[in-house]
Amino acid sequence: MADIAAHQASHSSFRSWLSRVGQGRHLLGLLFLLPAAVFLLLFLTYPLGLGVWLGFTDTRIGREGVFIGLENYQSLFDDSVFLLSVFNTILYTVGASILKFALGLWLALLLNQNLPFKSFFRAIVLLPWVVPTVLSAIAFWWIFDAQFSVISWALIKLGLIDHNINFLGDTTNARASVIAANVWRGIPFVAISLLAGLQTIPQSLHEAATLDGATGWQRFRYITLPMLSPIIAVVMTFSVLFTFTDFQLIYVLTRGGPLNATHLMATLSFQRAIPGGQLGEGAAIAVAMIPFLLSAILFSYFGLQRRKWQQGGGD
Amino acid sequence: MATVDIRAVTKAYGSTPVIHGVDIDIHDGEFVVLVGPSGCGKSTLLRMIAGLENISGGEIRIGNRVVNEVPPKERDIAMVFQNYALYPHMTVGANMGFSLKLRKAPKAEIDARVNRAAGILGLSHLLDRFPRQLSGGQRQRVAMGRAIVRDPQVFLFDEPLSNLDAKLRVQMRTEIKELHQRLKTTTVYVTHDQIEAMTMADKIVVMHDGVVEQIGAPLDLYDQPANQFVAGFIGSPSMNFIKGKVQVNGTAAFVTPSGAKFPLDRVPEGAVGKDAIYGLRPEHVRIDPQGVPVEIVVVEPTGSEILAIVRVGEQEIACLFRERLSLAPGETIHISPQPGMTHLFDAVSGQRL
Repeated sequence: MADIAAHQASHSSFRSWLSRVGQGRHLLGLLFLLPAAVFLLLFLTYPLGLGVWLGFTDTRIGREGVFIGLENYQSLFDDSVFLLSVFNTILYTVGASILKFALGLWLALLLNQNLPFKSFFRAIVLLPWVVPTVLSAIAFWWIFDAQFSVISWALIKLGLIDHNINFLGDTTNARASVIAANVWRGIPFVAISLLAGLQTIPQSLHEAATLDGATGWQRFRYITLPMLSPIIAVVMTFSVLFTFTDFQLIYVLTRGGPLNATHLMATLSFQRAIPGGQLGEGAAIAVAMIPFLLSAILFSYFGLQRRKWQQGGGD
Repeated sequence: MATVDIRAVTKAYGSTPVIHGVDIDIHDGEFVVLVGPSGCGKSTLLRMIAGLENISGGEIRIGNRVVNEVPPKERDIAMVFQNYALYPHMTVGANMGFSLKLRKAPKAEIDARVNRAAGILGLSHLLDRFPRQLSGGQRQRVAMGRAIVRDPQVFLFDEPLSNLDAKLRVQMRTEIKELHQRLKTTTVYVTHDQIEAMTMADKIVVMHDGVVEQIGAPLDLYDQPANQFVAGFIGSPSMNFIKGKVQVNGTAAFVTPSGAKFPLDRVPEGAVGKDAIYGLRPEHVRIDPQGVPVEIVVVEPTGSEILAIVRVGEQEIACLFRERLSLAPGETIHISPQPGMTHLFDAVSGQRL
């Protein structure tokens, strides 16, 4: 009897605890947040913190490191390969982003017209985005092959050149080639996002501008572009972040060669840390990317995104 | 300022015709309202005048120039859109001066014209605001200001008041009318609201299913509707249509199937003995001890007047009384039409007899 009573008592106290939790909004809220918080801490905050910490140590694979302060960073500043990789990354990001923006916007404007088979074309445009990066990189590897390149073959057959182009063996060609591959892969994201933005611009604004005497170019310049600018800011920020941290394309196509001409900070970081075993130095290179990424975000946040006319009513 | 002539204009989307040969003469300085129910083609016709839609057939002239192939910006017209279509990223001043800026007018001239228009519309203190920061009525005025600044030959309004609340709508109606009296620019105004049409227009064009039903001054349309559609569309509450026959038994009268006899102002030729529709506006019904006995169904007092729905046989008639009558549902009253205020329509074609 006493046993049952005790059991009932504990049962009811558990239930009253449950109901207290259920009624306390804050407690319940925290409870629901917990799984997400655990995931974030475990898979984002911990690795990031570990990476930053490793950058201050001389850890190698298989050997605990000791704290060495800024030594890794000091040596990186004198490291011509690292400096070249910074230059490459900036060139790659700026070049690819400008091309992706220009071509993506152009494609979005085309797809926004009343074309026949409109939805078919819109679906096709997404393909490069859907194909796994490594697959498309391997395809580009063949396209850029020194002997079997389809581009060289076609140009030779057309009689425009008389020998194969050395796409990935020459430093300038290799840089242009990887940028081209990245642009091809990145255009769908820009184009589809900007297309979505274009469709939020009311048709009547274009009609009003037409009646106000605007030519096609003036409508683009004074209506489309300013109204698209918030979306352009967001899309291009993301695009810059993706491009700046690109790894897969380069790793498959060139592994950073020739003569480190296509080594990006991400690939160099990997190469130093894993095959090279210098975890501390690799982490330092990765951490060195953070200021660039932060400044890109801040630039878009303060420079482009906030417009007075977008803010709600009131004076 | 200019005349607008619309000659046998048709419009088809693919093989679907939506406007079937419309003819309208709009005189210089006239305020013309195109009115009709949704889908009657009135907005399409306005957009054809503006050049935003192609003209499938016929001819539109603005000031004696055929504009069928003239691009919108060379037609010298200004349009106020239903949703205002203000450029959200430009201030009020920039919105109004945009067309002049595109024309590369000198800054001083742009400022002068924007300030003048803003003065007319009471927007002078709002020129640096963005459209988002304005109320509905203010946005409406900016849209008109944008039209005024250009000093065009013709103003086009596409249901400009339908996004405003009822009170503001009445106020803006008056403002638009005042503006027209002041500027005397030829105006074409599209609305589905017959009250707007009646109060503002010099001339009303009633459209229905892509054809013009009647063109005339507001009161002509009210007094002499050409057909049953116009009769039912113009006037609020709308006209009663009573089914029956014209009979001559000593005196001519309109007799309903239940045997009630309504007096006729005149007996049209060939109408005797045929099915017809008797049109009677609610406001033209009066209490008359010698009139038709009817049973009251519903009484709706509004203060200034009383709307009573009464039944004669199977048919219901709306009656509007100015007097404070004490009416109760179920009671029988006697009504008769005001002399000279009845209409007769052909039961088949709906045309006025």
